[in-house]
Amino acid sequence: MKEIWAIFRKDLLIELRTKDSLNAMLFFGVVVLVVFNFALESGRDSMRQAAPGILWVAFAFSGTLGLNRTFAAEKENGCLQGLLLVPADRGVVYLGKMLAASVFMLLAEAVIFVFSVVLFNLTVWAEIPYLALVFMIGTLGFTAVGTLLAAISVNTKLREVLLPLILFPVVLPILVNAVEATNIILNAFDSAALRLPLTVMSVFTIVFGTLSYVVFEHVLED
Amino acid sequence: MSERFPSRLDAVLGALTALSMAAALYMALVAAPRERTMGDLQRIFYFHVSAAITGMTAFALNFAASLAYLVKKNRRWDNLALSAAEIGVMFLSMVLVTGPIWAKPVWMVWWTWSPRLTSSLVLCLLYAAYLLLRQYIEDPERRAAVSAAFGIVAFLDTPLVWFSIRWWRDLHPSPMLETGGLAPSMRPALWISWAAFQFLLVYLLRRRFCLESMRDELERLQRLAG
Repeated sequence: MKEIWAIFRKDLLIELRTKDSLNAMLFFGVVVLVVFNFALESGRDSMRQAAPGILWVAFAFSGTLGLNRTFAAEKENGCLQGLLLVPADRGVVYLGKMLAASVFMLLAEAVIFVFSVVLFNLTVWAEIPYLALVFMIGTLGFTAVGTLLAAISVNTKLREVLLPLILFPVVLPILVNAVEATNIILNAFDSAALRLPLTVMSVFTIVFGTLSYVVFEHVLED
Repeated sequence: MSERFPSRLDAVLGALTALSMAAALYMALVAAPRERTMGDLQRIFYFHVSAAITGMTAFALNFAASLAYLVKKNRRWDNLALSAAEIGVMFLSMVLVTGPIWAKPVWMVWWTWSPRLTSSLVLCLLYAAYLLLRQYIEDPERRAAVSAAFGIVAFLDTPLVWFSIRWWRDLHPSPMLETGGLAPSMRPALWISWAAFQFLLVYLLRRRFCLESMRDELERLQRLAG
């Protein structure tokens, strides 16, 4: 527990002082919103219908940017070995990194969401608690498998380029259900219908969180 | 590594595959009755379904071999996992090609985003990603460990993909063997083409596995020499 917290705190502190990945994530997320606005003709009343899909594409793209930086600093400075010397199961490195990545992604999502409310003229005050829940579970699922795959891709020849290629097919269940849940909240609110996508996302998060925790030590370079 | 490749077993398997393929072609194209509404077009079904089942078998094998590698750390398991993934992608590509050929005249569209179609496509993408990932890791030990981890993730992802989209409207005919909807006169053709595809799977697996083992051995010898 102490080790997870230490790694989490270290990543947060570095990010707070450099703001490397958050800046990039925010900017890219907003750019995606703007691009979609052109792609779908702005000002149509169907923007609310399109919003769930657009939001999650923006979240996934900016989240991938963030995940790519998860192990980049250690890799560039040759500190990965040091990190692996943690006096505990190496799975704690995974958990610390995953929590930090989730916090960055959630921060980025909050800002991107505010931009989307303004740009797409959404009225969402009442729905915000439900949306926050969906964003939270969706993000945890995304980073649960994303952190493992980021650790894999940072040690390949292709580096950053490889991550989206291997991440998006795997994380598809999260994206499908997150879009579905967001759509239910924004366009046809029904808390009973919301339960199914939330359950699938939670199962995904638990299954892949546990699996990644177990196999994490196998994918790192010794 | 002293076994001789290809062995006599491979010759027997090859002959069995060729014979059963010929039998399957005869059964599916000639012996099976013509379907009432779809006509001869329906005959693609025998190969489509057999390829799908065989592809799934290959992916299940990849999962088992990936698990075995992580436990045993023996390179042979990695060779088996790679062979199974490659062959699985090949069979699934056959499914994804024969499907639209059938669907265009029957459904009037090449493709529709129904659960069965979507999950087959995602499955194909997952294992294509697996093969892609392998290309970019040079160290054989690390490549084996990483792809074993990814193979396990990919296989466990499959049911989740299915559950994520199962409430979508499904156009795809439901599995006829489960529902008993397939006419008894059509069953022999399906069974024989299924058997032929399984022989093909085992034959290809063995050959691909041998090839990979030889590559491994060559790499090892080169390292010793250099």
